[in-house]
Parts: sequence; structure tokens; C-alpha cells
Amino acid sequence: MTSRRAQASSFTTGRRNPWLSLLRPGDWVVAGVSALAVAASFPLLWQGGAGERAVVRRDGEVVAELDLSRKRTLEVAGAIGTTVIAVEPGRARVAADPGPRQYCVRQGWLKRAGEIAICAPNHVSLQIAGRKNGFDSITY
Amino acid sequence: MTRSPIELSTTPDDHRIARLAAAAIALSLVDAAIPLPLPGVKPGLANIVTLLVLYRYGFATAAWVSGLRVVAGGLLLGHFLAPGFFLSLTGAAASLATLALAQRLPRRWFGPVTLSLIAAFAHIGGQLLLARAWLIPHDGVFLLAPLFFAAALFFGIINGLIVARLLGESQPPDPAEPQHA
Repeated sequence: MTSRRAQASSFTTGRRNPWLSLLRPGDWVVAGVSALAVAASFPLLWQGGAGERAVVRRDGEVVAELDLSRKRTLEVAGAIGTTVIAVEPGRARVAADPGPRQYCVRQGWLKRAGEIAICAPNHVSLQIAGRKNGFDSITY
Repeated sequence: MTRSPIELSTTPDDHRIARLAAAAIALSLVDAAIPLPLPGVKPGLANIVTLLVLYRYGFATAAWVSGLRVVAGGLLLGHFLAPGFFLSLTGAAASLATLALAQRLPRRWFGPVTLSLIAAFAHIGGQLLLARAWLIPHDGVFLLAPLFFAAALFFGIINGLIVARLLGESQPPDPAEPQHA
């Protein structure tokens, strides 16, 4: 009874939204903190796949780990010749390879963590590594 | 009509729990019938009942109502003991556990919206952890988490406001408790 009257008065006197009057001070704080946390979760959980390092392997052994922050090239002597790795800020690729089919060269720039170019004939691979590795595929 | 030899003695409390659980189950079915674009995103209307019960009858009754709702809702929706049932069970258990703590917050400052938000986040958090540990054992599950969190925020506030409104309308606790037991 009493609350019905209180609600009616909030309609007439304050012209405040009757729904807003149901929120207590702590509710505003909790809602605000939650909203910030939700907003923060988007970049946190969605950009974990960005690459940070280029890992070059020969016969499965790590030859070099290159920082993806600056430009450079690296030549790796493989089984049948020399593979050239090119690194630019945020990305890396196989620039040249002696392999007959050039699959790893034609794969182009690799950016995201987990992406890999394999020059099988020359036993060389280039993989991007990040804070947490991405994935090739998920099957349900 | 022959009298059944089995006599279950029930208390008024049992009747109240059954009645409230029935309301929660009905809202679960409404929940399941609302189409939403992303699987896993639900308004969680049954949580309105859980919160109302928590406020009016205390934690034990709320836990009963919530548990009965999960089991009977699972039977009615046809996913009893299927993965969806365990997700639902985990979500309900997680939100009850946090509600047990959150109900001790000072009532003057923290109202139903706070409890509803906390319960909603605990619900989806528990479900995500179960999904990660058991159903999809890969961190890829967490790619969907921001969307789930956003839904929990939105529906948590809406449901909390509904609870606050209903509490305001029905206080003091209804003296006309139906006596047709």
C-alpha cells in the first residue's frame, strides 16, 4: 500500500522515470563497473591473436625468433638452397624459396598468431607467434 | 475413488516452493521459445523468480525453486541429462553460490539490480567454464565470451528492474497466502 502511494508520487511530483527510482546507489556502481568490464573484455579476448614474433624453423628446430616490430630480412640455409624471410612491422613472409612449387612464397604475408608458411622441400617453416596462439580451425 | 496407500505429507512450505517453481518453469519455457540470434544468449526470465523468492522467502527456498526449475525445465524442454541440462545446472549453481554471498551486501545501497547482475555474470561465467572444460576444450570458446557478457549485462539490468518493480508492488509480503492446501 505504502509503496504504491510512494510510486504514484514519484510519477506526479518528480516526473522522474519510475524505473530509475528503483536503482539504489550501489546498483549504479555495480552496473557501471560491469559495463566497463564488458567493454574491456572485447579487446582483451578478441585481439589476443595478433602476432608478436616470427619463428623460423629448419628441420623442426628453431633457427631464429624475429621481433615483428621492425623491418629486416633473414636468409636461412635449407636442404636445397636458401630461403629468404622478410619481416615488416606486424607481419612476415617468405620472400624467396628454392622450392619448385613456391607454395610458401605465394602464401604471402602472415599476421595472426598461429599462421604458418611451410617450405617443405627446403625443410624451412615460418610461423607467427603471439601472446596466445590462435587456431587453424575449430570443429564442433 | 480409492485412496492411494502412499501418503506424502506436505507442509505449506512445500506447496509454496512447488507453486513458485511452477512459475519459474513456465518462464524457462518462455525463455526457450524466444528466438535470439546467438545460441546461448537468453533473457533468463526464470532468474526473476529466483530473485523474488530470495528477497521474500530467503536463500533456502530460492535454492529449492532454482533446482526444481532446472530439473523440471530440463524434462519439459527435452534436454534432461543432455549437455544443455548440465550447462543450465552449472549456471544455476554458480549464480546461487554468488547470490548466497551477494545477499549479505547492505540492502540500503545494493538493490535487486545488483543481485541480478551478479547472478547473470556468475551464470554465464559458470557455463563458459564448464563448456571450456568439457564440451569444447579449446580457448576458442572465450571468443564468444564478450557477447555473452554484454547479454548478461543487458538482461541482468532488465531482470533486476523487473524484480525491484515487483517487490515494490507486493510489499509487505502478501498476507493472503492461498490456503487451498
